[in-house]
Amino acid sequence: MGIAAPAAVLFLSSAAPAPHVADDVLMAEAPPSDFAEFGLFLDAAMTRPAPRVTPYELNSALFSDYADKARFLYVPVGKTIDYREEGVLGIPVGSALVKHFGFTRADGSMDMIETRILIHQADGWKAYPYVWDAEDRTATLKKAGARLDVVGQDDRGVKLALGWKVPNVNQCKGCHAVDGELTPIGPKARNLSGETGTRNDLEHLAALGLLSGLPGDPPHMPDWQDGHVPTDARARAYLDVNCAHCHNPAGPASNSGLFLSWETPSGPAIGIGKGPVAAGRGSGGRLVGIEPGDPDGSILLYRMDSTEPGVMMPELARTQRHDEAVDLMRAWIEEMTP
Amino acid sequence: MTRTLFAAALLLSASPLAAKTLQVTPGDDPYDALQTALIEAEPGDVVHIAAGTYALTDGLSLDVDDVTVRGDGPAATILSFKGQTGAGEGLLITSDGVLVADFAVEDTRGDGIKTKGVDRFTADNVRVEWTNGPDAQNGAYGLYPVESTNILVQNSEVIACSDAGIYVGQSDNIVVRNNRVSYNVAGIEIENSTRADVYDNVAFHNTGGILVFDLPNLPKGDGHSTRLFRNVVVNNDTDNFAPEGNIVAEVPRGLGIMVMANRNVHIFDNVLDGNDSGQIMIVAYARPYEDTDYNPLPREVVVRDNVYGEGGGAPAFPGGAELAAALGGAIPPILWDGAAAYRRGGETLEVPVRMHFDAPAVTLNVATAGDDRLGGMPSMVTDAHAEIEEPAPVVLPANQPGLSDEKALAPASD
Repeated sequence: MGIAAPAAVLFLSSAAPAPHVADDVLMAEAPPSDFAEFGLFLDAAMTRPAPRVTPYELNSALFSDYADKARFLYVPVGKTIDYREEGVLGIPVGSALVKHFGFTRADGSMDMIETRILIHQADGWKAYPYVWDAEDRTATLKKAGARLDVVGQDDRGVKLALGWKVPNVNQCKGCHAVDGELTPIGPKARNLSGETGTRNDLEHLAALGLLSGLPGDPPHMPDWQDGHVPTDARARAYLDVNCAHCHNPAGPASNSGLFLSWETPSGPAIGIGKGPVAAGRGSGGRLVGIEPGDPDGSILLYRMDSTEPGVMMPELARTQRHDEAVDLMRAWIEEMTP
Repeated sequence: MTRTLFAAALLLSASPLAAKTLQVTPGDDPYDALQTALIEAEPGDVVHIAAGTYALTDGLSLDVDDVTVRGDGPAATILSFKGQTGAGEGLLITSDGVLVADFAVEDTRGDGIKTKGVDRFTADNVRVEWTNGPDAQNGAYGLYPVESTNILVQNSEVIACSDAGIYVGQSDNIVVRNNRVSYNVAGIEIENSTRADVYDNVAFHNTGGILVFDLPNLPKGDGHSTRLFRNVVVNNDTDNFAPEGNIVAEVPRGLGIMVMANRNVHIFDNVLDGNDSGQIMIVAYARPYEDTDYNPLPREVVVRDNVYGEGGGAPAFPGGAELAAALGGAIPPILWDGAAAYRRGGETLEVPVRMHFDAPAVTLNVATAGDDRLGGMPSMVTDAHAEIEEPAPVVLPANQPGLSDEKALAPASD
């Protein structure tokens, strides 16, 4: 959120980070106030990961008001991730997932907003949000979350004035929960098997010795933005990463009976011909989740189109309309045979 | 013996010895103060919200077991969400053994207080209200336990929900008693739930007073075993303001009690008066659906020993006026669609629906659920005398929060 300063200056002006990941800090009951104490990065700007901290990307990613994200995965010495065909990979105790949120500047550096960490402790996953100061020097723990005024831009470079919501630790669980237990969402085999940038993240993790059991043909979910992919697959990939963390039979929206994960067969469970249950005014007067051939008769599109609390979906982490996704959903529903 | 003593000692040391009270008072950043207290509370603690109005811009959440959130009374401690810009509800509870008491939640953009997947939740002397009165833009549910077990909602008031004031969905073992619900589309709704006692409530000026529904395509289906008794369900006369698409948008203005699908529902010792569309309506779920486990028929409904005043004289559903005219100016206390068969895939299944009515009842003689309700020839019901065993009274666990000994749960009916 500040002016870019040479990393070296920042490095000297702040506490020297630990040369190695501080496993004891990661495993401590209380998280540190200063994110740097985890020792997950070599520089104060947190662009250069420490050893065993690996950047990764998802084939399709959650929309967060057009913010850019940088993701990192840490696996402690002596442990490896167990490959799993479905669901989140078997990430061992001691590991951590880090996600920076910000907007990329013209020079390619990131204007930081917040950094979130998921830590796999012996008694389960813990989630904590850290907020960067105005000069991007320090990221400080904010357990109760925060609302920040952030200036960002959308994918076309149009400036956005955002009331950015940093989630509180309970709201982390609002998305990251399976049967009420905190869990990561993104690192699933099918969402890491794409050629993002120059590499396949699953193969890369295996090559680094951080992932065991990788088969020759892992499942693949496409990049929802890839125009070469059929609309149906793009739409389902988008719904999977943006909706299915709540809308699954063990998730926070299980009571809706609307299940939007990649593996859910097409039918009433994804909303086709399905009436709402607890939508209230979120129905917008439409009768079913998806009315094939009729986007404007579909609650799903109405709620993605809205930015009004109580109507919009997802409920959290979005204040802007995701225009490109709404267009995709419209095309998808139009293509369906009534 | 030694072993037992040792275990008891351990149990004592594990329980919170010094439960503390976290004080929240009105201040500059009420959201931060309240949410921080709700995060930092430990099992056994009380979060006390002092009298005052708290203007909140975001939804609150509680995820710590065995916490009490208590105000200084529903007229004194007011959580106002008029300026809410995020989250789907006012207060979301995802932990077990929580008691909320003595405060008000006003003007949330979505639901008021929701519990999801919890055990042992009690709401006592809480008010949830949309202060602008009935409006389709109001939140859907006031007090909203869902996918939960051991629910106690008592001594509370809910006003002007665009769906149901007190809505218990996909839950088990439920007591809803001594509440006042008014100006909601549905006063109280028990949906896809099992074992519910709903008694001593007053439902007035809603579109419909009390509903017991069962809907398809939900994780928990086959709702059954509900008792509605000693409720006062009067003057439900608010136009339906639910957004279309929601099932309650089908409730006609002026209905007392409505059963849709569901089974083993016992309606007795209630007072019903001033419900223009009818006192009690019992119908099948009539929309199309794909759910091979679902039975859209109401079955085993007992209606007995209620007191009926005026009602059914101005039914606000299609064909209602003609029906009332044909029946001498008002439809009788019980209106049943009469469906005893439903379709699953290509076949039509007939089931014994078994009804017990002790008051005048008219059936629309709908052959199969989903058929036009006005397609049959109505007639009076003369043979609804099935013997249907009443469910045992709901018993809540001894450690249900806020369940004091002197307020005994309802006795078994005679």
